[in-house]
Amino acid sequence: MSGRKRTLEAISFEFVMTVIAIIALVIIIAPSLVVLIVSFTSGFSLRFPPPGYSLRWYAELWNAWQLHFAAKNSLIVALWATGLSIVLGVAAALAISRSQTLSARLLDSLFMSPLVLPALAFGLAALMLFSLVGLPVSPLTLVIGHTVVCVPYVVRNTVAALAQLEPTLLESSAVLGASRLYTFRRIVLPLIRPGIIAGAFIAFMSSFDNVPVSLFLRDAATDMLPIRMWQDLEGKLDVTIAALSSVLIIATVLLVAVMERVTGLSRRLAN
Amino acid sequence: MGTAPASRDVTSYGMGLAAPLALFFLVFFVAPLLQLLWLSLHNDTAGLHWGLGQYLHFLTDPFSLSVLGSTLLLGAEVTAVCLVLGFPIAWLYQRVGPRLQTIIILIVLLPLLTSVVVRTFAWIVILGRQGIINATLQSLGIVDTPLKLLYTQFGVVIALAQVQMPLMTLPLITALGRIDPNLDDASCSLGAGSWRTFFRIVLPLSLPGVIAGCTLTYAAAITAFITQSLIGGGQMLFMPMYLYQQASTLQNWPFASAISIIFLLAVLAVVSVFTTLGRMSRGYGGA
Repeated sequence: MSGRKRTLEAISFEFVMTVIAIIALVIIIAPSLVVLIVSFTSGFSLRFPPPGYSLRWYAELWNAWQLHFAAKNSLIVALWATGLSIVLGVAAALAISRSQTLSARLLDSLFMSPLVLPALAFGLAALMLFSLVGLPVSPLTLVIGHTVVCVPYVVRNTVAALAQLEPTLLESSAVLGASRLYTFRRIVLPLIRPGIIAGAFIAFMSSFDNVPVSLFLRDAATDMLPIRMWQDLEGKLDVTIAALSSVLIIATVLLVAVMERVTGLSRRLAN
Repeated sequence: MGTAPASRDVTSYGMGLAAPLALFFLVFFVAPLLQLLWLSLHNDTAGLHWGLGQYLHFLTDPFSLSVLGSTLLLGAEVTAVCLVLGFPIAWLYQRVGPRLQTIIILIVLLPLLTSVVVRTFAWIVILGRQGIINATLQSLGIVDTPLKLLYTQFGVVIALAQVQMPLMTLPLITALGRIDPNLDDASCSLGAGSWRTFFRIVLPLSLPGVIAGCTLTYAAAITAFITQSLIGGGQMLFMPMYLYQQASTLQNWPFASAISIIFLLAVLAVVSVFTTLGRMSRGYGGA
């Protein structure tokens, strides 16, 4: 009798949890699917379901030179910011990862703080400092600002990769007569490379998508893709944006698939 | 046997390697924030007269206080929705095979890496007058005229919850993975039901993950300027947009600086409350 009661109770629990989990997963995935479907509409509005299907908005996107220009700028800034983040971030991660000293822990907190501080406040602060020292906003100030908010991802993932490194490997290498630099190149770097790549990938994506820092640090001539899209959406609901969004969604899915292969991204982020 | 001191050397690198990034942060991160603080403590735009005028203005102005209040409330609502929806995902993750696990993780991860503007745009399509929700409700005859979903608090909360869900779910998956599955069986074999086991064993033991997830979700939700402004529209004003309007449209940098500092302090206060709770819960979990 009590056994039967308990199974009913267990079934009710599992049922509720599974249903909520499935609803939650649908809520996560549905918006992307809706955008993909709407982008193929033959109509002029974002009506769902679309009245008919066509590729007209992709043709429209092909000719939207303003969006192309903005995309090019975003790509260039993201590449520079990612490159700078890798150089500065990997070096810093090597220094702080195995050190338990107070200064190492303070530096770690400092390097991670852009992740929780409001980026808009940092954007305004950086603009004020640049104007104080007489440095006009330009692609250079954009790269600097983006690097500050992107470097934490590289530091965090590199530190995590270094933490998994077996110290005995490095000791054996040293005992066998390898120099520190040789050990770094032949042992350490190959082992932490997936971590660095994963961090650089997230840094790149977050730079490409950044609005708050770009809003303050770009000059009038440097249009950035997410800002262009945001301003287009504030004005009118253009279906071209749906086509562009679909392109970005597909590109993200493909990049994530590649990263999953190369770096095991999902395991890295779930641990 | 002189390798013992040398072995420490080969596994660690000098702190000097952190110098370039430390210097970069000092010049381009710490200095700007100090400059922000400095300007916020001045009563005039030129920064000649020291004073707490900007802060007094904010703290005595009912409008500014209501913006701060609604922003903090929004964060709490989004965090609550993410927790209620995210926990079952983490629970399901621990119960399925490795293939489904990878699929679940990738579903959770994708929005994290998809552009925020794109994700927000999707919600405009869903919540709009001709959007999927209104179309469904109308075709089922549940409503005659389209519901107003866009530009409402409900719309902002649901869109932000979807946008920030990965930040809640990933730490929860990690935390649930660390719980000894035998505890679950032990609790059940001692006669506690599934619900009771969940609330008395699983939930308390996953508190470090819950707190980590809540911290990230809350901080991200209150600063998520794009989603707030596009889904909320002109009617609803939250701290980031308020800051941007004062700084950019009105060029009132001292007041915008004070707003930034107050906002920063609010975020830091929330993070440190959560961190303290996290430390306490780890003690509880380890006991």
